[in-house]
Amino acid sequence: MSTLLAVSRPTEWNFPLFVHVLGAMILVGGLLTGASAIAFARGNARMLRLGYWTLLAVALPGWIVMFGGANWISAKEGWDDLPEEAQPTWIGIGWTVALPAALLLLISLILGGIGVRRLRDGKGSGLLKAAMVIAWIILAAALVAVWAMAGKPD
Amino acid sequence: MSFDDWILALHVLSAFAYVAGIVLFWVLVVAVRKTDTPDGTIRMSPVVKVGNASIGIGVGGTIVFGIWLAFSVGGYDIWDLWIIAALVLWALAAATGQRTGVEYTAGMTKAQELRAAGQDGASAELLAINRTQRGLQMHALSSLIVLLILIDMIWKPGA
Repeated sequence: MSTLLAVSRPTEWNFPLFVHVLGAMILVGGLLTGASAIAFARGNARMLRLGYWTLLAVALPGWIVMFGGANWISAKEGWDDLPEEAQPTWIGIGWTVALPAALLLLISLILGGIGVRRLRDGKGSGLLKAAMVIAWIILAAALVAVWAMAGKPD
Repeated sequence: MSFDDWILALHVLSAFAYVAGIVLFWVLVVAVRKTDTPDGTIRMSPVVKVGNASIGIGVGGTIVFGIWLAFSVGGYDIWDLWIIAALVLWALAAATGQRTGVEYTAGMTKAQELRAAGQDGASAELLAINRTQRGLQMHALSSLIVLLILIDMIWKPGA
């Protein structure tokens, strides 16, 4: 059913959908890269910084583009006009993941930012590991959201 | 969810893995341009493996699940213009991606040779290899092709 809907999607929905999907892909890529760089840093300050800056400069902009696109496509498709209980499950999963993901990402960036500052004194790797754990959690939740957006469970 | 819905979800998840891998390699391409020591280059190896796994899942998953959907879902046919375009672009992306890998593996190989020879300091030769222009161009081309696949998947020209 979802694929049949995809075929009949109005053309004017395509660009907002493209923005939403591209932002989500950049978010997932930024989370994977940032978390991996910190995970394999083994205390190396350069790799820890690379991981943190990837979360800040790739994952965060990715979330902003994804969220902007989500609001845009949601308005275009008319989901905003429906009461919350009338919206399909997959939309609910999307919002349930997107908003806490922003909060978690900000917490991760704050912890990581303090960690990066402390690297100058030879400290801070613990805070960056905490930022990494949060990034893995967001990544796992984001993949559930991708599954829901694509498979559209009801 | 129907079986085809599951396959579609896996197809899209594979596409995310593919782009995540490309993003990861963009970060490494930028990072390695300032890396002139064997240790700094070799340290990126585990992250490269994560990127390779992600790209591998993406390349394999998009084609296998995509072809399944082309045959299984009503309204789509394997000879549809947008599906043929996607298959051609997929092959081009795989080829340019493989070429990118060859270019950047040279830096990793050189770093291992230098370390084996006991040369742990900065190396202008290693830096030059890590700054491969051909590798950068191939990765940019590969990224552009994958972007075109995404556009093709959303707009579905001719569908």
